[in-house]
Amino acid sequence: MEFLLTKEQLLARELFREFAEREVKPLAQKVDEEEYFPQETVRKMAEIGMMGIPFPKDLGGAGGDYVTYTMAVEELAKYCATTAIILSAHTSLCCYPIYMWGTEYQKEKYLKPLVKGEWLGAFALTEPNAGSDAGNQQTTAKFVDDYYILNGSKIFITNGGKADVFIVFAMTDKSKGTKGISAFIVEKGFEGFRIGKPENKLGIRGSSTTELIFEDCKVPKENLLGAEGMGFKIALQTLDGGRIGVAAQALGIAEGAIAEVLKYVKERKQFSKPIGSFQGIQWYIADMITKTEAAKLLVYNAAMKKDKGILTSADAAMAKKYASDVAMEVTTQAVQIFGGYGYTKDYPVERMMRDAKITQIYEGTNEVQKMVIAAQYIK
Amino acid sequence: MRILVFAKQVPDTTEVKVDPVKGTLIRDGVKSIMNPEDKNALEAALQLKDKFGAKVTVITMGPPTAEAILRESYAMGADEAVLITDPLYAGADTWVTSMILARTAQIIGFDLILTGRQAIDGDTAQVGIEIAEHIGIPVIAYATDITLKDDTVVVTRELDNTYEVISTKLPCLITCTKDLNKPRYMRISNIFGCFDKPITILNNSILKFDKNEVGLVGSPTKVKKTFTKGPKVQGTIFNGTPEEGVEVILSKLKSEKIINA
Repeated sequence: MEFLLTKEQLLARELFREFAEREVKPLAQKVDEEEYFPQETVRKMAEIGMMGIPFPKDLGGAGGDYVTYTMAVEELAKYCATTAIILSAHTSLCCYPIYMWGTEYQKEKYLKPLVKGEWLGAFALTEPNAGSDAGNQQTTAKFVDDYYILNGSKIFITNGGKADVFIVFAMTDKSKGTKGISAFIVEKGFEGFRIGKPENKLGIRGSSTTELIFEDCKVPKENLLGAEGMGFKIALQTLDGGRIGVAAQALGIAEGAIAEVLKYVKERKQFSKPIGSFQGIQWYIADMITKTEAAKLLVYNAAMKKDKGILTSADAAMAKKYASDVAMEVTTQAVQIFGGYGYTKDYPVERMMRDAKITQIYEGTNEVQKMVIAAQYIK
Repeated sequence: MRILVFAKQVPDTTEVKVDPVKGTLIRDGVKSIMNPEDKNALEAALQLKDKFGAKVTVITMGPPTAEAILRESYAMGADEAVLITDPLYAGADTWVTSMILARTAQIIGFDLILTGRQAIDGDTAQVGIEIAEHIGIPVIAYATDITLKDDTVVVTRELDNTYEVISTKLPCLITCTKDLNKPRYMRISNIFGCFDKPITILNNSILKFDKNEVGLVGSPTKVKKTFTKGPKVQGTIFNGTPEEGVEVILSKLKSEKIINA
């Protein structure tokens, strides 16, 4: 892919690599074992402009593009999938919809502090009974005296306990089905809004994944994002971008695992030889690298299409599905190559395997991705 | 205030390999970076700029590919970049290099010059102080702390087993060590735009040296022989707890009679 990247993108990648190695790698184990949210890393990311990569400079962003943002997620995920998803959810799922559908007021009030990294963002679509069936929103928003009154709850919200701003979806007109869903910008301090219990997870353990509870939550009418009834369209288009972020996260996890494997097979000796000298191991590694490179092509393809404004839902879904499946396969294989050591917490590959699993599930399970892909081609 | 920072592009390794026949550095496959302590010098300049306001100009001498470290300097926050490049200057030793850099500094003008203490490829630590000598300004080498008040700098510098605190008036030159600061990262917003910024190219038609004064011809240093150190013995990797590791190392040191049993 090198030949398709601009000088700016290549230099930014140098920066991300240096940053990830110096700031992210040393914390990765703690983030996992202590369910530690790396607040100081987020602050440092804000300092260098990572929290607003694909947004224009006049809005406080870095003036970069989606490919550069995708590479940032990838480089972080090589060492720490938690840090990667904090950035991805913030950028793709919160900043992006405000940038696309926000009013001048909303951009000034919310987008600017978000892209500067002064605030952290989150996205709340999933509900206990609206997972893959996201259109079945139970949260309601009723318009009363210049306010929308929100009632209901959300679940599995990434950055939930740490975010300042949430994009929240709710039914404004149940009779219209998915065309009755609207999107709102909700601040963490709004009356009637509270954070519920955090999840205890298999992987991405430092990521703050929580329930959100709305009990007569008062949202000012100027915080309606887009128009009433546009919510589902906003959600789906936002998720197209978000899936590229998850795909990049999965890609980074796979690349991180391969780097660990390449180191290990040179050091580990059995039968008086480094295990990398055995053809059985070499074949595993060849497959791991080939599949990861193929995933990279799909991920970068989607990111580049997004920058050109020609991304389709299937492009993003294919990148996400393929990269996450590869991440799961590669990390599982990495643990196998490490043998008993791979199963312990002395090496990072078991964490990578646990982290990889979520990429097959969130922002649409891979089964949902297949529905999206097929729907675009079977018309 | 105008601050000049002299920086050098170097191979990213402290284990530089040398071509046994030509006696030159093997650069193929080795990534090039800004010399680490030159980055400390740039950081010091940028901190002074943040505090007092200053125009920071980064200057490098080298082949055209040395442009990379100037783009990086822009991405860190430098205001101007200058590339001194001329085939006549190839093979310059520290004396000739510092003479060229000194003339450049005098043409551009400055209040303060900052350089790294030494480059990781040559390790001479001579160029910075020689620049000051050519120009005839005070120099303080090995800075670990710099404070500026009006036109006076107070510098803490590190010597072998002691620190000195020295002050002098501007204009002067300070060479910077890695302990001076932690260089900032590039800013992404600066990366997008840094390739559109101008780089001033200086060559001998501007610097006007006699061709016998510069390059390999003009350099009084004559390299007699360059060679690569013999390879190190393959290390062994021990897997186990730190306590077990200590035992392994101790018994090894004892058996090799490096320490007493």
